[in-house]
Amino acid sequence: MRKLISLMVLLAVAAGIGLALHRTPFGAERAKTGAGSPGETVNFGRYYVHEGVEETGATNIVSSVVLGYRGFDTLGEVTVLFIAATGLAAVLRVKATSRDPRDAEPASLVVFTGCRFLFPLLLLFGTYVFVHGHLAPGGGFQGGAVIASAFLLVYLGCRGRTLNETGLRVAESLSGLVFVAVGLVGLAVGGAFLLNFLPTGSPYALFSAGIIPIVYVAIGLKVGSELGAIIDRLAEGAR
Amino acid sequence: MSSLADYIHYVGCFALVLIGLYVVLVKSNLIKVIIGISLIDTGVNLFLVSTGYLRAGTAPIFSEAAEQPGTMVDPVPQALVLTAIVIGVSVLALALSLAIRLYGEYGTLDLRKIKELKW
Repeated sequence: MRKLISLMVLLAVAAGIGLALHRTPFGAERAKTGAGSPGETVNFGRYYVHEGVEETGATNIVSSVVLGYRGFDTLGEVTVLFIAATGLAAVLRVKATSRDPRDAEPASLVVFTGCRFLFPLLLLFGTYVFVHGHLAPGGGFQGGAVIASAFLLVYLGCRGRTLNETGLRVAESLSGLVFVAVGLVGLAVGGAFLLNFLPTGSPYALFSAGIIPIVYVAIGLKVGSELGAIIDRLAEGAR
Repeated sequence: MSSLADYIHYVGCFALVLIGLYVVLVKSNLIKVIIGISLIDTGVNLFLVSTGYLRAGTAPIFSEAAEQPGTMVDPVPQALVLTAIVIGVSVLALALSLAIRLYGEYGTLDLRKIKELKW
């Protein structure tokens, strides 16, 4: 009975989506070939692709959109992530039971050694991803996720070791402050929040694109430490 | 132009969303409901990326070998989805933490049993 009703609801939703969308012109493919004179409207995607390198100095156009053209949106997204992590900490607030970390069953020697071998390499790879975010595929969010996966490996492989929670909190707060401070410096220098006040340099160079690498490093550290703290609290709460 | 093959990626995205919605509506295990929510999330992200897709397009990243801005796909949906994925992960973690608390409170993850119990 429940399945039948659900299937009928789904059919209604599918028919609604199909009817609503099948005459709506959207998508880059239709915008390229579709009706309507192309000169009248500004296609932001085309504009960013053609002018992005010139204007922001970042050869990764996605990075130049995330931090150059829409940096304020990204600050909002980072805030959402922070609020989710804080809410998770509030929900999973554990009583301060000083649990001996050594009472967990130790992992086998192969797993332990592999984990110890891979952990610094994962940190290095994550750092590489977010430092080169303005040049190559990657960026702060992806590099932060790689760093968080290194922390997850510690919880899976090196049981009994826990992260330094104070260190994570300090790293997260400092990187958030760097993001806002860079934006405020732009406000003070040029009158616009998150203005790219540094010289954009030459494309394809590591030190180019002005504030984008700085903010991306901050985002990488923030996302990495935040996701690491989430993993830490989930592992604590599941015990 | 209007053959199904041109829209097959949109059909796939909405199929993913509908599968997720079905899981949310039918399943009574809380973990499966959370998996359904994450399926909806994935479908929406896939839809957003596929709106920026160009046939035989390249990634919107310049490399010194080939610089052809004309064939690059739309970077704006990719920039939106890039952050949406991370947000999705953190929301998923929040939902799982609520599931952990519910399990600690009621000793079960079955939503129908949780509804019957009074607090």
